[in-house]
Amino acid sequence: MITFKVNKKKVSVNDDPDTPLLWVLRDTVGLKGTKFGCGKAFCGACSVHVNDTVVRSCSFPVKYAEGKNITTIEGVGTEDELHPVQKAWIEEQVPQCGYCQSGFIMSTVKLLEHNPDPTDEDINKSITNLCRCGTYYRVRKAIHLAAKLKKS
Amino acid sequence: MRRKNDPLLKMLKKRWYFLFFPLLILASVAYSASLANSNKSGYVPITVQDSTDRERSLKLFGEVAAVLRHPRCINCHPSDDYPRQGDEMRRHMFNVQRGNHGKGVIGMKCISCHGASNNLASGVPGAPEPDDPLKSRWHLAPLSMGWIGLNDAQLGKRLLDKEQNGNMSPQDLVEHMEEDPLVLWGWDPGEGREPIPIPHDEFVEILKEWVATGAQVPTEDKEPKK
Repeated sequence: MITFKVNKKKVSVNDDPDTPLLWVLRDTVGLKGTKFGCGKAFCGACSVHVNDTVVRSCSFPVKYAEGKNITTIEGVGTEDELHPVQKAWIEEQVPQCGYCQSGFIMSTVKLLEHNPDPTDEDINKSITNLCRCGTYYRVRKAIHLAAKLKKS
Repeated sequence: MRRKNDPLLKMLKKRWYFLFFPLLILASVAYSASLANSNKSGYVPITVQDSTDRERSLKLFGEVAAVLRHPRCINCHPSDDYPRQGDEMRRHMFNVQRGNHGKGVIGMKCISCHGASNNLASGVPGAPEPDDPLKSRWHLAPLSMGWIGLNDAQLGKRLLDKEQNGNMSPQDLVEHMEEDPLVLWGWDPGEGREPIPIPHDEFVEILKEWVATGAQVPTEDKEPKK
């Protein structure tokens, strides 16, 4: 048994210890917001938080999740009170197909926690997720807006 | 001999600082020149009297340098802020950067992808220490230990320079390359990456003999025979 917390709730799973955390979250825990993109830790669609770190969950064996706090897109805000990053995403109408966006949001949440007022250069360095719809321009606008919303 | 009432002596007595300032300037210039000519780094060449030892040591250094320049080593010893990837030593995809302490930037740290072991599912490499991906030591060597673009003389000098190599003696370097899990990873890099071709124990023997023969490195104008 591997025991950890997902969005503050304790879960215990019996999966193969080498199973990527991504598949445990999606198939065992049942949270489908985290997406499979490339499976090579390139694209960032599977980004989640493990403790304080953004992690590409397709490249994180679940055995290492033991005792840790995992946050997924389902846990960054609530339906009644969205996270400022989610609000900014809606305000700027960032997604096109939307598939990769949860990964972008998870990376952005962590970026703003550590850097409340990122420059374009900071964004270029930190948000390296891939979007085949090419929403990068709106992603950048939404990150700047989210920074403002967080401050207010 | 000048008399006591010599006007030049009188002026010098009253205005001694006319001489003092030019002398101060001259002294400053001389000191600056001596600094420029001195070896300001922590590199201290090791003198070996026996020319056979020196030649042997230089030859061994050539073999050491070949390993250090292997992609498994040098990809994480860049002379700039970008890690390299693959056997072709391309720049790491997705604008991955050095960040603080060589561990990446917020949201894109090395440990976001590189864990405690080579990942069989994703193919992402990782070093087996410690057994927790969030504490993985996967990182870039400091800029002072950047090797890309250096010739053998520059590489050797940088390797032995205690001010640039983390205050390591030649014996410390042997220990580092014998035991550090990040170094050992070069011999177990996972599928799709060429391991360092020479067996690790042979490499360590070469290193030890290089140190025993005086840890010689070539001078700037003389490259070792390969």
